[in-house]
Parts: sequence; structure tokens; C-alpha cells
Amino acid sequence: MNLTGLARQSWAGLRVLLLFTVLLGVVYPLAVTGVSQLAFGDQADGSLVSHDGEVVGSSLIGQPFDGDEWFHPRPSAAGDGYDTLASSGSNLGPESADLLAAVEERRAAVAELNGVDPADVPPDAVTASGSGLDPHISPAYAAIQADRVAEARGLDPAAVRELVDEHIQDRVLGFLGGERVNVLELNLALEDLDAS
Amino acid sequence: MSATAAGLLQIALLLVLLAVVFKPLGDYMARVFTSTRHLAAERAFYRIVRVDPEADQRWSTYLLSALGFSAMSVLLLYAVLRLQDLLPLSLGFDGMPPALAFNTATSFVANTNWQSYAGESTLGYTAQMAGLTVQNFLSAAAGLAVAIALIRGLTRHRTDRLGNFWVDLTRGVVRILLPIAFLFALVLVAGGVVQNFTAPYEVTTLGGAVQSVLGGPVASQEVIKLLGTNGGGFFNVNSAHPFENPNALTNLLEIFLLLVIPVSLARTYGVMVKDKRQGYAVLAAMAVLWGAALVAVTAAEVNHPGTVPQAVGAATEGKEVRFDVWGSALFANSTTGTSTGAVNSMHASYTGAGGGVVMLNMMLGEVSPGGVGSGLYGMVVLAILAVFLAGLMVGRTPEYLGKKIGRYEISLVALYILAMPFALLIGAAIAASFDDTRASLLGDGPQGLSEILYAFASGANNNGSAFAGLTANTDYYNTALGLAMLIGRFTTIVLVLALAGALARQQPTPVTAGTLPTHRPLFVGLHSVTVIIVAGLTFFPALALGPIAVALA
Repeated sequence: MNLTGLARQSWAGLRVLLLFTVLLGVVYPLAVTGVSQLAFGDQADGSLVSHDGEVVGSSLIGQPFDGDEWFHPRPSAAGDGYDTLASSGSNLGPESADLLAAVEERRAAVAELNGVDPADVPPDAVTASGSGLDPHISPAYAAIQADRVAEARGLDPAAVRELVDEHIQDRVLGFLGGERVNVLELNLALEDLDAS
Repeated sequence: MSATAAGLLQIALLLVLLAVVFKPLGDYMARVFTSTRHLAAERAFYRIVRVDPEADQRWSTYLLSALGFSAMSVLLLYAVLRLQDLLPLSLGFDGMPPALAFNTATSFVANTNWQSYAGESTLGYTAQMAGLTVQNFLSAAAGLAVAIALIRGLTRHRTDRLGNFWVDLTRGVVRILLPIAFLFALVLVAGGVVQNFTAPYEVTTLGGAVQSVLGGPVASQEVIKLLGTNGGGFFNVNSAHPFENPNALTNLLEIFLLLVIPVSLARTYGVMVKDKRQGYAVLAAMAVLWGAALVAVTAAEVNHPGTVPQAVGAATEGKEVRFDVWGSALFANSTTGTSTGAVNSMHASYTGAGGGVVMLNMMLGEVSPGGVGSGLYGMVVLAILAVFLAGLMVGRTPEYLGKKIGRYEISLVALYILAMPFALLIGAAIAASFDDTRASLLGDGPQGLSEILYAFASGANNNGSAFAGLTANTDYYNTALGLAMLIGRFTTIVLVLALAGALARQQPTPVTAGTLPTHRPLFVGLHSVTVIIVAGLTFFPALALGPIAVALA
């Protein structure tokens, strides 16, 4: 291996690199941004949703909901919960004693809060998602919360259960991914139902 | 529809998509690297940077170009990361500290994209775009160029010339990666991936909490992160983040993108060696390994053995509802079988068996189907080893595609096989030996050892995914993993190009009745088994103490 050869090739490499940096690091992302903003502006800006004229977040990103009057999301390991500046899973392993204790504690809490048998608490209600920002829960977890939410808001339980059913999204194209309920969209619809 | 039927249909759709593009993309890539004509834009490019596109390089010059280019890439990226606070759109973030900047720069140049940092709390938009996005393209194109040079070594005779690195690099970017990336970036945006330059801002959520809405040029990086088998997420949780991977359709598309070039390169190989059956044989070996691992990972995650998954009733910890267990396992198997390392679910929380198999995928040397370029050259090196083993059994001088595999060639192959385990096992052994380095572990016992093994398997094989419980942002892990990535990437490139040079010098050996055919199912079996035996003999003791112990707990 000869050093002058390496130096000459490195110098050529630097020139190539700088031009590619302009092309791939500036022109390309700007072009993608320009076309995206023109063609798919809503998605490019984060699929924002509003309530009473105020942006309340993104329909793609989970939010914390406390209190009996809301449908609750999954447990979250992102910061103190649904902190978008600290996206994270728990990364606890399948034999972790800490995780096992957390799961049992969550199951007992969810069962008591919603007045259901602990055996009826679905898996997503007791496990944290990969991102800590999962916007969805399973239809089963939404279903066991409906009566509790209806009671807290003084609404007809049947109407709230119907609202949950309306918000169940099938697998994409019928077979991709999981059946799910978007918690923010469901709670927004709940606010509208409450107001009417 | 049952979850099983839906999951199987999802796999079937992925295979159909790959089958549809296999021939056209493979043939197109072969044309790109055999054409003697330059595009007008390329000619202008060569003129501006003053390189001679007609120069046909010796293997040693080709290597110096690749190494010199990569060295400059590390230096420039290191500078960008250290000094990012001086760049526009830095979002107020400081420059990276030295060990972290070294780790990140080597990581992205070595096509690994291991991340000891969290994007949303560390990097501004300029560093992401002009630093990281650029290397997402270039490291993939460099790997592609090396694979093409190896093919030329097999197809050329009595010459010391392997082509031109700058031309191969430029064509890989301009004619293959950039057009596909541009198109699918827009598709991802349509699906919900964000693409803007808005700085994070706070909103009051419906429930009355405060949450930051993030932005950034995400889609333009997301697409090449997958297409180039890079894997470095814009955000900490990578493709589990809803802004990187918003729904099950984008999820399938991302899996398709990370497989499409490594798979189609098998066709390119067949076309360039003028025997398409050879390409199908390589594809078959890749498919056997990928398919067997997919069955194992999916079965483990769906049946969810283990204390916590059994208590929960499903392996949902670390997985997103929108992808389901099937969509998570399919992504995990594909990202570790290619050297991508993007994740849509947290591998540390997988069942013992599921986590062990995705780790084994990396330890196979990233050949099922492997990274852009690196998967193909890894597979060809292992095919040469398989031919050699067969030759030993019958007492004949082994040949591969008419080239004799002599002492020099097989020595290079042996060194190639040893380089990655050397970096992996030494690095992991040191990390496991000291209280200071063990302090980074989240799990204890076998799970803790798995975290260490996974990190070095990921680094040495240029994958980049993690058992993320490990706190890797320490001086030891940043430095040791940085070195493992450099050894795993560049010693193999040196050896592959030296091998290409040795093969190109030879005269072709005529095919006789005694020649072992390398396109038949028998050889595909031998090839696949060789891959598994090499990895098994090397890593079984380590795996037994880590993931196997977890699985048997």
C-alpha cells in the first residue's frame, strides 16, 4: 500500500464527497420537501388535529390521558409517558422481574378502574409499546373502558360503546397489521358526543 | 380474518412485490455497471471533481479510492457532528462530544448506523441532512461498488483491472439509489411520514398535558435508511416511531425497501457472470436462510414463551398495535438478515428464542440476503468456501465459475471469515469483564450478556440494531463499537478486493465432467449449510450463555 497513492485518492475522494454533500444533503431533501409540501402538506406537517380551533397534537402520536372521563392509552416508556422528546420502549427482557411486577400491577389497576375481571384485561393494556408513542389500543382495551367513561361523563353507556365500535379500524387492506382504535380520535369524538 | 391468515398473506404480498421487481431491477443494475456510456450529468460531475471516468483501476487503486473516500467521509462527518451548533437549523443542540462523534461518524460511513444517541434530543436538521443522509447514500453505493468489482474479478481474465471506483460509486447513487429514494420518499410522505423544516413546538393536548410536535426532513432520510440497508433512525425509536412508520402499509413498504436491492443483486450477479442460474442459486441460499429464520422468529413471538409474555398473554412488550406481532417479527427478521438494523419493535423485549434468532441472523455475517453489495460479496465469499470444502472431500483443486481457488484465494477467504468474529468476540469479552462496562447493562445474567453480544454482533456486522437496554453512550462502548464497525466493514473490503484482483489475473479453467456445478440444489444446500456451520462453530458457546439460556429459563 503506498501513501502517496492513498493521499491522491483521498483528495479526489474529498472533492467527490463535497459535491455529493450538496446534491444529497441539500438539493435532494429540499426537493423532497418542496414536492411533499405541495402534494401532501397535511401529512408532511405531521397529520395535525384540532379541537375548538386549537391544534391539540398529531393523530399519529399517542397522548397521555388521565382521569375517568377519558379512554386511556397503553403504558408508555417515553419519558414520564408519551414524551415525544424521549421516545423509547422499556427494553426489559422476557425474564425481567421488574417487568413482570409492572405487568401484574397494571393489570390489577386496569381491572379495578374499569370494574372488570383481571383475566379480561388485554395484553396491550399492560405492556409498553416500542416507541412509547403508540397512538392505538386494541378494540378489546377500548371496549372494557367504555362503561367507566360513560359513567364519568353521565352519558348513555350504549352510545359510548357504539362510538367505540365506530372507531375500530380493520387491518389495512384487510390483512396488514393489527385491528386498532386511535385513542386521540376516539376521545375527540367523545368530546363531540358530550357537547351535543 | 384470523391473525395467522392475515400474517401469512402479508408475507405472501411481500414476496410477490420482490418477485415482480427482481428481474427488471436486477437487469437494470447489471446494465448500469456494464454500460460504457456516461450520462451528461455524470460527465459534468466528473469534470467538476476532476476524476477520469475512463481510467480502469488495478484492484489496489480501486481499494485506495474506496478507503480514501471513506476516510474523508469519516473526517467530514465527524467535523459536522462536532460543530453542529454552528450550522443553521441546529435547533439549539450542542456539538457532539468526541467519543460519540467518532462512534456516529464511523457508524454511518461503515453502513452500520449504530446509534448511541437519540436523534430528537441530539441532532439538528442540517447535521441529519448534510451529514447523515449523505452517508446513508454513499456508504450503500460504496458497498455496491465493491460487490461489482468482485463480480468483475470473476468475469474478467488475465487482467489486473477491475473498473473505476468513482464511476461505480457515482452510477450507484445517480442511477439507482437517488431515483428510487426520491420516488418512495414521496410515497412515505403520502402515508404520513413527516417532511418539513419546522422546529419542535409545544401544544396542549386534549387531556390538558403539554406535548412537543416534532418535525424535520424525516422522509428523505427514512427512505434511504431502508433502501441503502443503513438503519439509522431520525428518531430514537427508529421505525417504531409513528412519524417514521405511521401504519401497516408503510411498514410493509419499508420491509420491501430494505430487501429490494440485496435480493435483486442476485439477478444482477447472474446476468453479469453470464449464467443466470448462478444468480438463482445465490438467491435460493439467501431465501433458505431468511425463510428459516422468519419461521423461527414468528413462531416464537406468536406463541410467546417466557415468563413475562406468558403472564401477559402475548409478546406485546416493545411492539406497536398497528403492526401487530406478525408485522413486527417480519420487520425484525428482515432488518437483521439484511445489515439494515432499523427496528419497528424493541428486540430486547422479544422472547428468548425470537431475540436469539435475530442475533444469529447478524452472526451469519449478514448474508440473508445481507446489505447493499455487502450481502452479495459475503455470499460469494462463502460460496467459494463451500466449493473449497467440497474440493477437499473429493481431492480436486476447487474451482468457482472457472476460477481456481488456490492457496492465496482461500487464505483471503479464511481471513474474511475470521475478521468479523474477531471484532465481535474480543469486544464483547472485554465488555463483559469489567464492572465499569457491565454498569451499562439493563438486564442481568443471560439477558445482560445478550445485550453485550447483540451490540458487538450488530457493530461487527454493520447492522446497527440494538438490545437497547444497554447504555451504549459511554467512552468504552462508543470507541470499542466504533472500532468493531471499522474492522467489520473495511478489513472485509480489503480482502474482497484483493480476492477480486487475484481472480481477475487468472485464465479461465474449462468446465469438465469433474467440475462441481454451483447452480444445482445440491450446491445451494451445501452453501447454506456452510453459512450456518461457520457461524454455529464460531458463536455457539457465546449464544448458549446468552439468548439460549434466556430461552430455556
